[in-house]
Amino acid sequence: MTQFTDPDQHALVADGTAADAAAPILTAHALTKQFGATIALSNLDLSIRPGEVVALMGANGAGKSTFVKILSGVYAADGGTLTLAGKPYRPASPQAAKQLGIATVHQSIADAVVPTLSIADNLLLDRLCDPASPWRVPPAVRREAAAPLASRVGLEVDLSAPLGTLSLASQQLVTLARALASQPRLLILDEPTASLSAAEAERLFARLEPLREEGVAILLVSHRLGDLRRMADRVAIMRDGRLVADLQPPIDFDAAVETMIGRPLPQARTLEAASAASLTPCFSARELQLTPTSVAFDLDVQRGEIVAIAGPVGGGKSRLARTIFGATRASSGAMKLDGKPWSPRSPADAIRAGVFLAGEDRWRSSLFPDSVPFASIAGTLSFPFLSRWFKRGAVREATERTAAVDAIQTFGIRCTGPDDRLTRLSGGNQQKVVLARWHVEPARLLLLDEPFQGVDAGARADIVDTLRRHAHERATLVFVSDLEEALEVADRVVWFDRATLERLPTSNLKALHS
Amino acid sequence: MKPVTPSIPRDGTAGEPARPALRNLRSLRDHLERTGILLVLAILIVVFATKEPAFLNLDNLFSILQAVSIVALLGIGVTITLAAGGFDLSVGSVAASAQMAASYVLIVWHGSALAAVTACVVLGVVAGLFNGLLITRLRVPDQLATLGTLFLLAGLQLIPTGGRSLATGTVLPDGTEASGVFSDAFLALGRFRLFDVVPLPVLILVALTVLACIVMETTRWGRVIYAIGGNETAARLAGAPTARYRIAAYVASGAIASLGGVLIAARVGRGDVSAGHSLLLDAVAAALMGYAVWGAKRPNVFGTVVGAVFVGVLLNGLTMLNAPYYMQDFIKGVLLVLALAFTFSVGRRTDSRG
Repeated sequence: MTQFTDPDQHALVADGTAADAAAPILTAHALTKQFGATIALSNLDLSIRPGEVVALMGANGAGKSTFVKILSGVYAADGGTLTLAGKPYRPASPQAAKQLGIATVHQSIADAVVPTLSIADNLLLDRLCDPASPWRVPPAVRREAAAPLASRVGLEVDLSAPLGTLSLASQQLVTLARALASQPRLLILDEPTASLSAAEAERLFARLEPLREEGVAILLVSHRLGDLRRMADRVAIMRDGRLVADLQPPIDFDAAVETMIGRPLPQARTLEAASAASLTPCFSARELQLTPTSVAFDLDVQRGEIVAIAGPVGGGKSRLARTIFGATRASSGAMKLDGKPWSPRSPADAIRAGVFLAGEDRWRSSLFPDSVPFASIAGTLSFPFLSRWFKRGAVREATERTAAVDAIQTFGIRCTGPDDRLTRLSGGNQQKVVLARWHVEPARLLLLDEPFQGVDAGARADIVDTLRRHAHERATLVFVSDLEEALEVADRVVWFDRATLERLPTSNLKALHS
Repeated sequence: MKPVTPSIPRDGTAGEPARPALRNLRSLRDHLERTGILLVLAILIVVFATKEPAFLNLDNLFSILQAVSIVALLGIGVTITLAAGGFDLSVGSVAASAQMAASYVLIVWHGSALAAVTACVVLGVVAGLFNGLLITRLRVPDQLATLGTLFLLAGLQLIPTGGRSLATGTVLPDGTEASGVFSDAFLALGRFRLFDVVPLPVLILVALTVLACIVMETTRWGRVIYAIGGNETAARLAGAPTARYRIAAYVASGAIASLGGVLIAARVGRGDVSAGHSLLLDAVAAALMGYAVWGAKRPNVFGTVVGAVFVGVLLNGLTMLNAPYYMQDFIKGVLLVLALAFTFSVGRRTDSRG
């Protein structure tokens, strides 16, 4: 099938086939979207019936978010058709999508609400921002208008209080109530439980049940298998921009994950229990509690081992990394490094002791903008070790260049030399520089938070290869939200969510999903 | 398989070869960004020298430098804080109150020149610490914290003398008459000329410029300061004690500004309540013009000093050509706006590449 097809032709096809399904509310047919040379969606076909909860699964880059953005009117499709309630659906903007009957609750609550405004005003925000709304709506009227919206999601709070006083879970309900205000026929929930505890997530799902009965279709994007098990009537799995499976209940989640990553789940490379008992672990945590409300957990990491801490975005993985690195404090519990108590007071402490962290989102956590004079490969690599290398203050550029030349070799960084500016490198090579930085001095414990973020497949293979080659020198913890990445790099994968560790009863990774 | 992100050519030189005409235009622009301000400075000097030969007189040139030295000193302080991602707006007030403090020590307390200088530097360090702690501990935004300090010090310096300027014979608020004098040793700080030609303030400026350039450009301390200005999170996660460095930047700025105050007092020979009136804007203008020098596109000490000299040459030349004095502030305003426009347009261009 061609990728660019005349939408009108497809409209005919879609109208012809719409009848045989039990009147789907939304039908996507041969939906295609390209960004430059990247094909984000290729001939995606999917239909959703009223009152149905369809879970959308897929690894990073499978095209989930592109599909959601087309449905919610952020992007226009390049080819294919969308039909909503029997009519062609082509929203020109998110507002149009809402008016046509598709409302979206986005993952980031912070982007959707105004904490300083009252809860009532937040509930009515779309209405207040509508140019057609009256120039003045008295507060009492606003509260009255907001009350039914709040009660629909079971939000029993003082609506005149500022939104910022609510818990994150209740703020989530506010965004849900706002989405429901437009009486949508399809509700898209993008990772709705990412920042919620188990109890809060259950509360949210309980609010969704009545919608199902009202005939509102729900498209649920989630990485949490618990969410899917609780809510999904069907699981649609995407890979490489197309639908690869459409599973009906009872759903075999192991099979689902295998379909999602496109190959069987491998056995873990080493047995978890084998080495743990005999040696002093390089790093160990006992009864570690990251936040006052999270569950305490234990963790042991041996020298020579790469352990992947896998779990959803917002599940607290970065917090664990930063706690070990001394950038935040744990609520309680103890950590040990090579058998000695480990309680770093700052990243500087950690770096001195050989505990290195390559943070997530390289431009935020690791790299310097081009206005910084030494934002070159050499300057970026040497920065954490300036006080170690140049005790007397004067920086000898020859020293850092030599280190950079080595790193360029080891990591296969494509560049013209150690003085290349970081902004001149491709994303994959920038990420290699970030990782190479923490290899120029020997590490005892290396923490890598989302090391494959924004990295293409080739660079990812290079990085995995280098990490594995150097793994014997130290203990390595890799924090990733993508299970496929975890499996690719690690000896052992543990599941981390809601700021706590879920221990694996067996070495088989399938246990992750039980 | 994951979609492969195509590597985007960063500009015309990477990726496809740009057309020759376009490349020439771009290299001309790069060239102008690099040398533009120095070129304009050279043209100014030539124009002034042809119109008024006395402009090139050695005495005149050094008097320009002497006039510029205090602004340039303050500008160095501003530059250091700008490099650390902050902005010290209090330098003018620090200099002015240091100047009053020096006079007070000399005239009211009959202190020595050394005591007066020490008092000034202590005042500058304390003001810098105050700024730094407001910013790092209480998390007041840099500009607002230093703006607060600006008003605080501008008001504070008026209190001991009851709002009067301070010279030998001034009657103090408690009714006594101040009987101390500015000692020759102290006055020499502002008036001594090496070989009867080079004024001491110019020598101090040169020494501090060299020192600050070395620290900012070639040591790890300078690197950490620039790193904090570029991305404080990245600097902290790489182990830099960022709060301490930011405080240090403000302390350095305060100390340098107070030294400027000493030089003002030594030149004027009395404690003048209206001194330091336009110092802040001149210093900020110099620091921002410094972004444009030699294509640095960032705060840099050398550029700041060039910027200060640029303003000095322009004002001196225009005065010699009988431009009315009341035009001066307007001209400085125009220069500041041009410098700001240049700085921020360049900043945006570099960001969009990242």
